[in-house]
Amino acid sequence: MEEIVLNSGDTAWVLASTALVLLMTPGLAFFYGGMVRAKSVLNMMMMSMVTIGIVSVLWVIYGFELAFGYKADSAWYGNISLSGLGGVVNDFTNNGGIYPIPVLVFAAFQLMFAIITPALISGAIADRTKFTAWAIFVAIWSTLVYFPVAHWVFAFGNKVGDTITGAGYLASKGVQDFAGGTAVHINAGAAGLALAIVIGKRIGWRKESMRPHSLPLVMLGAGLLWFGWFGFNAGSSLAANGTAALALINTQVAAAAAVLGWLLVEKVRNGHATSLGAASGAVAGLVAITPACAFVAPWAAVVIGLIAGAICALSVGIKYKLGFDDSLDVVAVHLIGGIWGSLAIGLFGSSAVNSLSLDGIFYGGGTALLGKQALGVGLVFAYSFIATLIIGYAIEKTIGFRVKKDAEVEGIDLNEHAETAYEMTSSSRGGSLL
Amino acid sequence: MKLITAILKPFKLDEVKDALQAAGVTGMTVSEASGFGRQRGHTEVYRGAEYTVDLVPKVRLEVLVDDADAAAIVDVIVKAASTGSIGDGKVWTTPVDSIVRVRTGERGTDAI
Repeated sequence: MEEIVLNSGDTAWVLASTALVLLMTPGLAFFYGGMVRAKSVLNMMMMSMVTIGIVSVLWVIYGFELAFGYKADSAWYGNISLSGLGGVVNDFTNNGGIYPIPVLVFAAFQLMFAIITPALISGAIADRTKFTAWAIFVAIWSTLVYFPVAHWVFAFGNKVGDTITGAGYLASKGVQDFAGGTAVHINAGAAGLALAIVIGKRIGWRKESMRPHSLPLVMLGAGLLWFGWFGFNAGSSLAANGTAALALINTQVAAAAAVLGWLLVEKVRNGHATSLGAASGAVAGLVAITPACAFVAPWAAVVIGLIAGAICALSVGIKYKLGFDDSLDVVAVHLIGGIWGSLAIGLFGSSAVNSLSLDGIFYGGGTALLGKQALGVGLVFAYSFIATLIIGYAIEKTIGFRVKKDAEVEGIDLNEHAETAYEMTSSSRGGSLL
Repeated sequence: MKLITAILKPFKLDEVKDALQAAGVTGMTVSEASGFGRQRGHTEVYRGAEYTVDLVPKVRLEVLVDDADAAAIVDVIVKAASTGSIGDGKVWTTPVDSIVRVRTGERGTDAI
């Protein structure tokens, strides 16, 4: 058996991608933070920051093993182990094939996905969620939902010769998700919908103004997300190669087209193209191309992005029709965008540009691939939605998921964190250091 | 003695201030204000949700003057603040009982 030699180019690219994907979560904090009212911005950003803390620690202790640890014939979760990554320090990555990069680099890269997925959910429950309840939710949800679902989708098993064992259920069924349309975005979107239902509407929803307090922060966050997303998608090739290049260009053009799609809907419907629409459109396009970025031609990425921008913009109205307060539109952007992108592989997937050897409907491949994609969409949505409802109600019935009414009205920053984001006046507020 | 209070469009503040200084006024107080008159507010749209915003930003300018100067100073303000369009604001005067300059203790018109 030939000896594996570390590929420094591949390793360098995945190391850099890891840092890029980490930056997406603080970017998300700005994106979400700007959209809430001034009295809630710190809490909104803290929900992302504490998620970085909790998930990173869990990942080292057991999370990586639960998601990607090897166990033969375990389709639903990986290895149950508290080895703390100690057992793989000198190994190379074997995930459906051997990658000449250290397992620890793969583990760090995948950790960043495990962090941002629960952080995405926080947008659905802005302004009103008890901070400790959120922290407990993140730990439980990661353990029972993200780590297993990541195994279903991203664990391609150990390949020895031509034999693959221990692959996740959806991976073994041929469901394609390059960088997380199902495991990240549909997963977070379905969970956001469930939690918005469990926790209920903000006081004054649809009666008083809840407009974003700082659109420049939203734009900053969208910029950081877009920047980091190159690591998310192009880094998912786990190699510095042509697949990474295809993923990178598709990421760029889909996001760009989605900005235009969202703005077109706004211009026609409301008469104005808004900055919030541009930022939202960019994220919608990035979400939609995430599962498809390595499987479609660049022209198809433009079409996927344009349609993503338009349908996500139109989907914002769902919450008003059905009456759930998904405060920052996690459902419209991540759930709808994730579903569209995952299904789009079944339409635009092309064996000319990818290694799937599978074609979508527009390339004469018939409906087989679309059917597989629908299985992935349906299973991840159903599991995440139901599991999150159960976890959510369990927390609600025990420690309570929501702050007291007066604290919500006065401001969650002051009541949960003993801080306020902005000094609104230059004159003294009185008081002294205790 | 009179207190003249003027509600102005923010971008007109500099012109009004310069006109008052040219007319011999040596001091004034300016604060940010918000409100509406016949102009009403405006509409903002965020992700398709329309919000009406009733209160629009204004500047409140206050000047203390002698009774004899009041009418002329009001005219100076109105002339400098006018754009002819809706939302130009209002100017009014109120009688003032007493004024004290904090530094010197001067009282009445000497303190203006």
